[in-house]
Amino acid sequence: MTAEILSLSLQLSMPEIILAVGALALLMIGVFSGDKSAPTVTGLAVALLAVAGLWLIFMPGEGVAYGGAFKLDAFGRFMKVLALIGSITAMVMSVGHAKSDQLNRFEFPVLLVLSTLGMLLLISANDLIAFYLALELMSLALYVIAAFNRDSLRSTEAGLKYFVLGALSSGMMLYGMSLVYGFTGNTGFEGIAKVLSAETRGLGLIFGMVFVLAGACFKISAVPFHMWTPDVYEGAPTPVTAFFAAGPKVAAMAILVRIVSDAFLPLVADWRQIIVFVSIASMLLGSFAAIGQRNIKRLMAYSSIGHMGYALVGLAAGSETGVSGVVLYMTIYMVMTLGTFACIMAMRRKEGGNVENVDDLAGLSSTKPFMAVVLTALMFSMAGIPPLAGFFAKYFVFVAAIEAKLYALAVIGVLSSVVGAYYYLRIVKLMWFDEAKGEFARISGELRLVFGLSGLFVVAYVLIGGPIGTAASAAAKSFF
Amino acid sequence: MTDWPILSTVTFLPLVGVLLLLLTREDGPFGRRNILNVSLFTTVFTFIVSLFIWIGFDNSNAGFQMVEKHDWLGSGISYHLGVDGISMLFVILTTVLMPFCVLASWNTIEKRLKEYMIAFLLLEVVMTGVFVSLDVVLFYVFFEATLIPMFVIIGVWGGKDRVYASYKFFLYTLLGSVLMMLAIMAMYWQAGTTDMTALLKYGFPAGMQTWLWLACFAAFSVKMPMWPVHTWLPDAHVQAPTAGSVILAGVMLKLGGYGMIRFSLAMFPIASEHFAPLVFSLSVIAIIYTSLVAMMQDDIKKLIAYSSVAHMGYVTMGIFAANVQGVQGAIFQMLSHGIVSGALFLCVGVVYDRLHTREISAYGGLVNNMPKYAVAFMIFTMANVGLPGTSGFVGEFLTIIGVFRVNTWVALFAATGVILSASYALWLYRRVIFGALEKESLKGLLDLSGREKLILYPLIAITIFYGFYPAPIFDATAASVDLLVNNYSAALAAAKDLALNVH
Repeated sequence: MTAEILSLSLQLSMPEIILAVGALALLMIGVFSGDKSAPTVTGLAVALLAVAGLWLIFMPGEGVAYGGAFKLDAFGRFMKVLALIGSITAMVMSVGHAKSDQLNRFEFPVLLVLSTLGMLLLISANDLIAFYLALELMSLALYVIAAFNRDSLRSTEAGLKYFVLGALSSGMMLYGMSLVYGFTGNTGFEGIAKVLSAETRGLGLIFGMVFVLAGACFKISAVPFHMWTPDVYEGAPTPVTAFFAAGPKVAAMAILVRIVSDAFLPLVADWRQIIVFVSIASMLLGSFAAIGQRNIKRLMAYSSIGHMGYALVGLAAGSETGVSGVVLYMTIYMVMTLGTFACIMAMRRKEGGNVENVDDLAGLSSTKPFMAVVLTALMFSMAGIPPLAGFFAKYFVFVAAIEAKLYALAVIGVLSSVVGAYYYLRIVKLMWFDEAKGEFARISGELRLVFGLSGLFVVAYVLIGGPIGTAASAAAKSFF
Repeated sequence: MTDWPILSTVTFLPLVGVLLLLLTREDGPFGRRNILNVSLFTTVFTFIVSLFIWIGFDNSNAGFQMVEKHDWLGSGISYHLGVDGISMLFVILTTVLMPFCVLASWNTIEKRLKEYMIAFLLLEVVMTGVFVSLDVVLFYVFFEATLIPMFVIIGVWGGKDRVYASYKFFLYTLLGSVLMMLAIMAMYWQAGTTDMTALLKYGFPAGMQTWLWLACFAAFSVKMPMWPVHTWLPDAHVQAPTAGSVILAGVMLKLGGYGMIRFSLAMFPIASEHFAPLVFSLSVIAIIYTSLVAMMQDDIKKLIAYSSVAHMGYVTMGIFAANVQGVQGAIFQMLSHGIVSGALFLCVGVVYDRLHTREISAYGGLVNNMPKYAVAFMIFTMANVGLPGTSGFVGEFLTIIGVFRVNTWVALFAATGVILSASYALWLYRRVIFGALEKESLKGLLDLSGREKLILYPLIAITIFYGFYPAPIFDATAASVDLLVNNYSAALAAAKDLALNVH
């Protein structure tokens, strides 16, 4: 009997096991053959992530493993595949940049794999302890790679800042978890939900829940826990920033969705207030603060804060439509962000190396027309203009908010999206209306591939959106 | 013929032109020639195909025709197309104006001709899409998508203050329409569908109608544009290239009017009745105030832009009169204004190409060396004023009759607008065309070239033909408008009964 349970558990968590064992093996390869093995290790790491992804897509099986600490369902499967795609893409994009950003060391891909392992475990976490451990596994790797370019002052500052604030938020979260455990007597999500629906809620429990939510909001960089984002985005090497913006956000959003719709579902009236506030604050800050930014990575940081606000609109609805909206939003957000970061990495002057100012994009439409068209499509998509993918992302979260009768949230949301449109338009304006000041160097093939695919996705979403939408609503059915 | 998805064909045909343009290269006169030929051929061909919609259209059928329906995005939204008497002619208006836009840009666009033509063809796709879509989300997608190409057209090929104008255009209209998006979602949850045919039959509760109407009104009144949210229009018109102005005035403003008929009037009759006095007031202010503003303009394009706002005042007034004459007149006025104001902007383009200024004071006495131009400009000016015998008269007259049946005071004030429009239009004409030819810069101007004749003469023919014989238009719209007006009165009667029963 035990063997049966164990084999089931192993089968359900096989992608994680592949990554864990693989990461250790890669570390061995790296240690024994030194830094010159970095390209090989990167290649193998991508292959490892791809195998884990394929396993998730093609191997059936759902259920609870390891005594309830780990849960694989349709939602988890979808988000895991998403996180894996994000990590693979970020890793592929880093190849061309490895030399200039001091990333050509074998530890880099190994850390990315470990962080991705943390994300997968986080998405599947079904217990407060598992939640905390997975979050730390993901974050510790992120702290290190944020400071990876250790000769750069900005990069080390970013890493340190991220670490200190991250540790603070982890501490708060752990405190919240202890309160939740103390008041419910359970660490498993199902157990907590059962106790909560049976008895009236205590103030201490609400406290605990708020602290837990604060920790999760820190990871998705929602206001008021967003302070680290602009500095870390700006300071970290660009491939690392791209990685930050994709997988970890998806994983943290997934656990936020899971914990509020699983463990805290009976407290929906309480957490909805918090999510609504966080969502409104993120949307407004993301729109207004980005207007003044000159550095495109900082601008993207504020843009991502805003996008998390929109995704939370769907979560605030607390319904199946809402969760499916969040899932869809994160999918489209991730594709758009990766495409945009591929464009940012392509901003490399023939002499003088990488540039990060928004103004450096001036006249791009005459020097690099293809990149300009893609970036234009991405910017309009982020602004939420139909017929591009970003519009449908917003549509499906707001439709859930209207269903839940959260009219004020919806109105504030759409109005702040108009404010947000301004700074996206500024980038379009620079590329198309202004004269070129200089030309970028030849764009490497992998970046062209990434932003090409991303641009194709946002444009062709009207044609290919059907299956994605169906998968997202299937994922949302896991909870309700 | 019945199985052939003609609406999809017409809508997406310009995309074929876009693909062909992507294959061309813009280098040297030969490349330019290629691009122009491809664009012209695509737009003319689209126009010819679109005529089959009119030919195949059954005038006696009040419902939607040539319907196509497919599931889309797997979430209740459908790809649902169809036309009725209200929308069909707007499709033709869009396709008929496009070849003229290409011709108007023949020599004037010097840089990035390829991108310019691609932007126009994409604009044609989305504008046609607005008129043929029968799903509110699909409608919204097309409605908003018009912003992207127009933003680029104004911003890249516009005049001196093009950046300001393009931002203002984009953000202003976006702000109006996002609220409509929320209204669409609320309609979806209330009625359980986004299908326009079902929503038209649904009958929303009176309290909800108020909010839905206001949200939709925010979108359509900005697009229209109505006073006081018209301020983006003069800027956009002045800065846009000639063809951009033609499309703005000719088709984009009609998206607002079409939306008002389709959404506000047909879906929210109780709220429409309730808010009609507001719309009448705004319309009358628009007619009188913007006519006065137009009179004082120094810039020809700005003057015509303000006159567009005034003319749209007649349209909104006619729509919310909500009787057969008013709505028919509003539709006719929109179609006629599409042709006439488009033609006026083309006329401005003719002299702008020669002199590169739009200042009225820079002109004078053009009749001496440009007699053919003077005649063409005269006819369109008269049509703009609403002289009997031109298409401008029919629409204005019917909307005033329509509103007269509802409120005589509104009709009285609106009628004074006709006098004001005569004064600003004729004064403009006198200053530009008549007088002595004294300015040195004007003496060398040549009369209309063959290309310009090709642009203006067909439009003159259309203007005069429909001025004398508007029957083909009314035959097409009559059945659908009757149905709309009957449904409207039936809904109001039902609401009154309900109110009486409650008391």
